[in-house]
Amino acid sequence: MSDFLVDYDDAVARYDTVFGIEVHVELGTRTKMFDGAEQFFGADPNTQVTPVSLGLPGALPAVNGTAVEYAVRIGLALNCTIAESCRFARKNYFYPDVPKNFQTSQYDEPIAHDGWVDVELEDGTVFRVEIERAHMEEDAGKNTHVGGATGRIHGAIYSLVDYNRAGVPLVEIVTKPVTGAGERAPEVARAYVQTLRDMFRALGVSEARMERGNVRADVNVSLRPSSDSPLGTRTETKNVNSFRSIERAVRYEVSRQAAVLDDGGAIVQETRHWHEDTGHTTSGRIKSDAEDYRYFPEPDLVPIVPDPAWVEEIRANLPELPAARRKRRQAEWGYADAEMRDVVNAGAVDLIEATVQAGASPAAARKWWMGELARTAKEQGVDLESLNVTPQQIGSLQHLVDEGRLTDKLARQVLEGVLAGEGDPEAVVAKRGLEVVSDDGPLLAAIDEALAAQPDVVAKIQGGNLGPVGAIIGAVMKATRGQADAARVRELVLERVNA
Amino acid sequence: MSDLTRLSAADLAQKLTNGEVSSVEATQAHLDRIAAVDGPVHAFLHVSSDEALATAKGVDEARSKGEELHPLAGVPIAVKDVVVTRGLPTTAGSRILEGWIPPYDATLVTKIKAARLPILGKTNMDEFAMGSSTEHSGYGNTHNPWDLDRIPGGSGGGSAAAVAAYEAPLAIGTDTGGSIRQPAAVTGTVGVKPTYGSVSRYGLIALASSLDQAGPVTRTVLDAALLHELIAGHDPHDSTSLTDPVGAFADEARRGLAGDVKGVRIGVVKELSGEGYQPGVLARFEESLDLLREAGAEIVEVSCPHFDYALAAYYLILPAEASSNLAKFDGMRYGLRVEPTDGPATAERVMAATRGQGFGDEVKRRIILGTYALSAGYYDAYYGSAQKVRTLIQRDFAAAFEKADVLVSPTAPTTAFKLGEKLDDPLAMYLNDVATIPVNLAGVPGMSVPSGLSDDGLPAGFQVIAPAREDARLYRVGAAVEAFLEARWGAPILTKAPELEVSK
Amino acid sequence: MSTPWRDEVARVAGLARIDLKPDELDRLAGELEVIVQSVARVSEVATPDVPATSHPLPLSNVFRADVPETPLVRDEVLAQAPAAEDGKFLVPQILGEDA
Repeated sequence: MSDFLVDYDDAVARYDTVFGIEVHVELGTRTKMFDGAEQFFGADPNTQVTPVSLGLPGALPAVNGTAVEYAVRIGLALNCTIAESCRFARKNYFYPDVPKNFQTSQYDEPIAHDGWVDVELEDGTVFRVEIERAHMEEDAGKNTHVGGATGRIHGAIYSLVDYNRAGVPLVEIVTKPVTGAGERAPEVARAYVQTLRDMFRALGVSEARMERGNVRADVNVSLRPSSDSPLGTRTETKNVNSFRSIERAVRYEVSRQAAVLDDGGAIVQETRHWHEDTGHTTSGRIKSDAEDYRYFPEPDLVPIVPDPAWVEEIRANLPELPAARRKRRQAEWGYADAEMRDVVNAGAVDLIEATVQAGASPAAARKWWMGELARTAKEQGVDLESLNVTPQQIGSLQHLVDEGRLTDKLARQVLEGVLAGEGDPEAVVAKRGLEVVSDDGPLLAAIDEALAAQPDVVAKIQGGNLGPVGAIIGAVMKATRGQADAARVRELVLERVNA
Repeated sequence: MSDLTRLSAADLAQKLTNGEVSSVEATQAHLDRIAAVDGPVHAFLHVSSDEALATAKGVDEARSKGEELHPLAGVPIAVKDVVVTRGLPTTAGSRILEGWIPPYDATLVTKIKAARLPILGKTNMDEFAMGSSTEHSGYGNTHNPWDLDRIPGGSGGGSAAAVAAYEAPLAIGTDTGGSIRQPAAVTGTVGVKPTYGSVSRYGLIALASSLDQAGPVTRTVLDAALLHELIAGHDPHDSTSLTDPVGAFADEARRGLAGDVKGVRIGVVKELSGEGYQPGVLARFEESLDLLREAGAEIVEVSCPHFDYALAAYYLILPAEASSNLAKFDGMRYGLRVEPTDGPATAERVMAATRGQGFGDEVKRRIILGTYALSAGYYDAYYGSAQKVRTLIQRDFAAAFEKADVLVSPTAPTTAFKLGEKLDDPLAMYLNDVATIPVNLAGVPGMSVPSGLSDDGLPAGFQVIAPAREDARLYRVGAAVEAFLEARWGAPILTKAPELEVSK
Repeated sequence: MSTPWRDEVARVAGLARIDLKPDELDRLAGELEVIVQSVARVSEVATPDVPATSHPLPLSNVFRADVPETPLVRDEVLAQAPAAEDGKFLVPQILGEDA
């Protein structure tokens, strides 16, 4: 059943959008939140579990001190108040990927609360998002659904559970209802999550890769007739796995909810599921018992009372945050405001920085990432950092151009090869034989051939008409399959002709 | 050779150290005893003969090489089946864990293994430690060695019966509301619940996280002290574990055995006697007090008015925590899995069918009660309020300990009742723990020592309670009571128990 | 026969994922009512001025270093599982699972 939708612009003209975002970030600690099982990507199933993360009878949690420090860092970076004292709580619900059938989380005593973060939009507008709370909790295991005709056991439907991820430290960040974004709500939502992602990396608390599930977002949306009206009923949309999805999902929900309200209907408070391929949300399972989680303080853990001096030390040592870092970078790289904004909006700041560190000039780095690579990313429908090329490789590539071993045109061909998985730039050059001909010998031979083919050109050039030089260069380029430095060919042509 | 199984652990340890007896001999003697009497007694759910004898053999070899060994090395021990033991079946007395073999050891088991005590096996208990009679075990009753038609107490009836029947000189129990102390009282043995946090809970299948503690189950106070010293100590795996150094309990016990209680202030808790307490139990209690008084202790009366609310608070806190702790038993990862025969076998339905079949009545009762107490709208009135009563009880204890060094009471209101007598009346069953429960709520340590035989010829217990972290006081006073009483009786109380019929 | 207590027990049994037979439901309803009434007396003394105690002995800031410990042996663990496949726990179909 497809939803009725109201045109977005029409919807926002008549309704005021209020949204909220819940972000979960996986902390990049070495071990899990409540036990010493290691966490790293790609481990064999169920090999990174101890009795605690597997929820075996008799097991007890023990809090990872580094995870707490990371949580405090996040809270401070979000301008939150750090709790004087906080506790863990049990959130009780049954699900096969939750080995204890309760999640150890924080309920009414989060480690950080009441903060804000400034989000910069593409056109430079700054929007302040208020933060309700940030709290610590543990992740669940992973279910792989095996079903029906595709299952090994023909017809059977079952799931396979891997508990490697169970117990990984998470921080959940919840915004207060975000009002005042109006028709820009989708944009603000997206920019907010991007800002958070950049912040997590800058703080060193997570690799924050959305495509790996390091950062997950759920989006709440509600509409109301005007900004003076009370808040409307909201829906929660899950499975928004990229920045683009966030923006699209908010947009979609606004259009969908407007249609329901226009029709005199009521919004059902429910969890919806975003489908990136089709660009719409579907209704999730409506929970029958309204999920009574029976929260109570975790009796196996004791309160955390952060020492104020320790918190201040963390605050003093907070790394430079993305906004400040962007300003400094812009100055160092000498980009104009508009250029920097484009770079930021494309999510290319870190990539350019790494490329500069790999030896390229800031101008060259920007040229690559905002030019050829941006175009390729758009074609493939992915984010820049998902491309199959690293800043180090771009740095090497530019180095080859700077050395004169590649022309820009050749360099683009080499880049194609790198993206196609043929290896590093040097390897692609060798494999495809793309290097600029640096030896004059073959060039002179090609020049002589071209001149012999067009005898009247020599006379013209000697006579001071330099127009035809281009034709000779073109012929030489063709003969060398583009692997000649056009400037050098020109020099040699003139030498030859005037010799 | 005199019967090795009649020796106290301390005496047996002495003989092992002297080389008079080998650990293999001692272990085999106990295994033989188990084979001879455990049919009727049914203290054990699993006997680990091979492993025990292997440990014993290793100890004997080490000793012959002159290696340094723990004082208790080679002394056999039984472990309540609520404690996780790697490679040995662990059921917590429940069918939902039938056949489960843990892949790890509880910390206290690691300590026992490091000290090289042969583990004889796992003992019977009320399912998931919920009960006062061991009748709620999923594997059948344990019978009191004093009278096989009677309960051995609970939830740790198996460990207490094993020790009372000379099947083991030492056993491990756990105590959440009296599950070590009450069985000790009704079997004429010694049981100690240490200060909360002083013995690691890592590897104890949890009942009520804020109340559970593991402790020694023995025939003498000195044996309890020796075992307590072995299992106590900080554990980084248990976040509620105290960093205090382990006390010199054996030394304090010896002090008590010498009768040194002069000037000790003994507080008699007014609320822990009177209606519901058998006259014979009260009489033995009073006699023990008299002996202490004669030895120079000062007897004072104290009042702890909020103890009257302790049972109510306990039966809210325990089920609430237990309902959450027992949620993990769902047939997905280990243990029983039951698939419903009607309708789709979804995960949810399999969980519900497994728990419906795998849990016994008492467990279901308490899970339902606990889930109710935590559910939306009821938290403040039930669980929240119960936690406040806990504060009031701690304050009562604090006030009482201003006036007394230890508090005392009868351990349980009655002697061992007949099997089946209280099964239909859960509330009546809960009253068995009325004197022991306040101790767990406050986290203070408590001990039960035999006070003698009641008018019905069955054992009763004398409970000693100390302030938190002052477990040593239990050993001094408890040992003194034991010494005075045994002097009067001429022999330990267990010698008055009927000899069990030995099967050939 | 449906009574408020019987309905309540049924609701709670659902939350606790325990299948109860009709006679069990009846019995538990009766027992629960009695137990709840008797334990409700805690409200008598649990006044607002009394703080709650969750932990018998006050401890705080107990942390562990971010250092690995030996994980479980997978074969040993899966040998105890009711069902396993490809190194994972095999569990029945989960309703409402996101594909």
